[in-house]
Amino acid sequence: MEQFVRVSGIAAPLLRINVDTDQIIPARFLVRVSDEGIGEGLFADWRRRPDGTPDPAFILNRQPYDRAEILLADRNFGCGSSREGAPVALRQSGFRVVIAPSFGGIFFNNCFRNGIVPVEMPIEQIRMIATQVEETQGQGRVTVDLRTQTVIAPGGEVIAFRAPSLFREMLLEGQDEVGLTLSREPQITAFRSRDAARRPWAYRPGIA
Amino acid sequence: MAMPRTFFEKVWADHVIADLGEGNHLLQIDRLFLHDMSGSVALRQLEKSGRLPAQPDLVFTIVDHVIATEPGRGPEQSHAKSGAAMLRAARHGAAKFGLRIFDVDDPRQGIVHVVAPETGAALPGLTLVCGDSHTCTIGGIGALTWGVGSTEGEHVLATQTLAQTKPKAMRINFDGTLPAGVHAKDMILHLIGKVGANGGIGYAVEFAGSAVRALPVEGRLTMCNMAIEFSAKYGFVPPDDTTIDYLHGREFSPKGKAWDQAVAYWRSLPSDPDAAFDREETIDCAQIRPHVTWGTSPQQVVAIDGMVPDPSTVTDPGARGLMERALDYVRLTPGTPIAGVPIDVAYIGSCTNARLSDLRVAAAILKGRKVAPGVEAICVPGSTAVKVAAEAEGIDRIFREAGFEWHESGCAMCGHMGNDRLADRRVVSTTNRNFEGRQGPRTRTHLASPATVAASAVAGAIADARRLAS
Repeated sequence: MEQFVRVSGIAAPLLRINVDTDQIIPARFLVRVSDEGIGEGLFADWRRRPDGTPDPAFILNRQPYDRAEILLADRNFGCGSSREGAPVALRQSGFRVVIAPSFGGIFFNNCFRNGIVPVEMPIEQIRMIATQVEETQGQGRVTVDLRTQTVIAPGGEVIAFRAPSLFREMLLEGQDEVGLTLSREPQITAFRSRDAARRPWAYRPGIA
Repeated sequence: MAMPRTFFEKVWADHVIADLGEGNHLLQIDRLFLHDMSGSVALRQLEKSGRLPAQPDLVFTIVDHVIATEPGRGPEQSHAKSGAAMLRAARHGAAKFGLRIFDVDDPRQGIVHVVAPETGAALPGLTLVCGDSHTCTIGGIGALTWGVGSTEGEHVLATQTLAQTKPKAMRINFDGTLPAGVHAKDMILHLIGKVGANGGIGYAVEFAGSAVRALPVEGRLTMCNMAIEFSAKYGFVPPDDTTIDYLHGREFSPKGKAWDQAVAYWRSLPSDPDAAFDREETIDCAQIRPHVTWGTSPQQVVAIDGMVPDPSTVTDPGARGLMERALDYVRLTPGTPIAGVPIDVAYIGSCTNARLSDLRVAAAILKGRKVAPGVEAICVPGSTAVKVAAEAEGIDRIFREAGFEWHESGCAMCGHMGNDRLADRRVVSTTNRNFEGRQGPRTRTHLASPATVAASAVAGAIADARRLAS
């Protein structure tokens, strides 16, 4: 897991409701044998016009938002498909944080595993940050600190958030999740020997 | 006396290996399904890590997403540019790690969420994950099933466990009797219209009530399929006699004494009468009519006798903007009756609505009728077993004689993998997502039941199947 402690950078407001992962990364960019270059597909159908040229009206095509590390979003961001290409594309495009009132649950979990922190925050506070960002033509920095679980708005307001302890520790340390689980082997083995006696069909498909 | 518990509480508790604090648990995962898209990625990542699957006998590999469905398809045929490579990666991973694979020539091939219940690989009370958000479908047989990312999939491969945050519990009671000509798809579309596309965030959702109990397993699978469309990761119908009868004798169902033992356990799983839910919703089924989506989110839905809504009546600027954007994309005007909107394509397929009962409903409407001139009509059975069973009943002939294409099984045109056939066209579809670009560049998708899609194919426009049937 890629380490994350603190990021201070440009924030891009994209306050649309129910942004699904098909928009974040259309499926046609996912049929590939490696993750390399997935970032080029980020918001592809919003970023480019049908003729393939960049749409200058789209926020991530405008300076300084083309260098944003923080995305300001609206509710149910990342709903829909489980595709991990969504956080991968965001990360490859330079993002480390998405701030939204709520997230699609699968996307939320996928973010941590790709070095992105999904921060849940009421929409009023996100709108306040977005307004401050726009008033400074995007120059006002937003800071996200995972250790203290706080966001600092360009105007200096400090807003607390909660990240699940499970992921927070793994991100702060940059731990290997599989390795961590395997270190619980004795506990896992003990569970399975009890459980297999009680639910043998769960361990042997088609058991007679 | 023990505290009354919900179905979800019981199943979750039976899988907790370790309490990780703050509502996070390490869970035993009873079944892992890998498909040719996200599964290939998980297999590649595992191979790269140098680790091995922890419990390979609990892993099922399948080809459905990338494989082409045109009749006479070859084993590497795909509309996606790197499709053949992904199919090879799935086959390579399964062979290397000794995993079961339901490949293109296997009678058990099909869409994961259709195949898992029909083979008995999924059973009540099991935890099952797959790198696919519609894994919630399989909750229809009373299992706890949910979609994961590829990295979570790799974690399950390597450990057969997964750390998850325990969701809250919601129950949705579909009370009363469903009117004739109204189907499970209409029930779930109606619900999503009511609670919104974000209504289920953070919840595990139990579907209950007399109308759900009356649904056959296939209808329950349709309903649970779209739990994720209101952002509930988990949807389920606790097991009952209908579930148990459905699973008896299937390939991976337990047999003999193990079956009896399993049935006794399954009967202990339904929610206790006084179990408390964090949230409950009740729907009066007598009021539900056939539903069709008009926009680019499953929440943008109206009854078949309804009209495309007017954003100017909405006060919240965010919600209004969402509607305006959707109307612009779908090229519809507020106030237009949804019935009568001309279509270019009728599509019957997907993990939502391509099971045998779905094809029977559509065939009953198509029998002796023709698809309207200028409309392309496509049927993609949900599994090879469904296709074979439908052909044995002569359903394929009814579809073909009406003017439908009859495909091999797979995910096909539910999602756009590179086949531009539906680009710029208006499609009435039995699938589950009407997102921008979901079925192709600028494709405008209207979600509906198989009955509505069949009737619309004949009418050449979105149509009420109840009128056609009479």
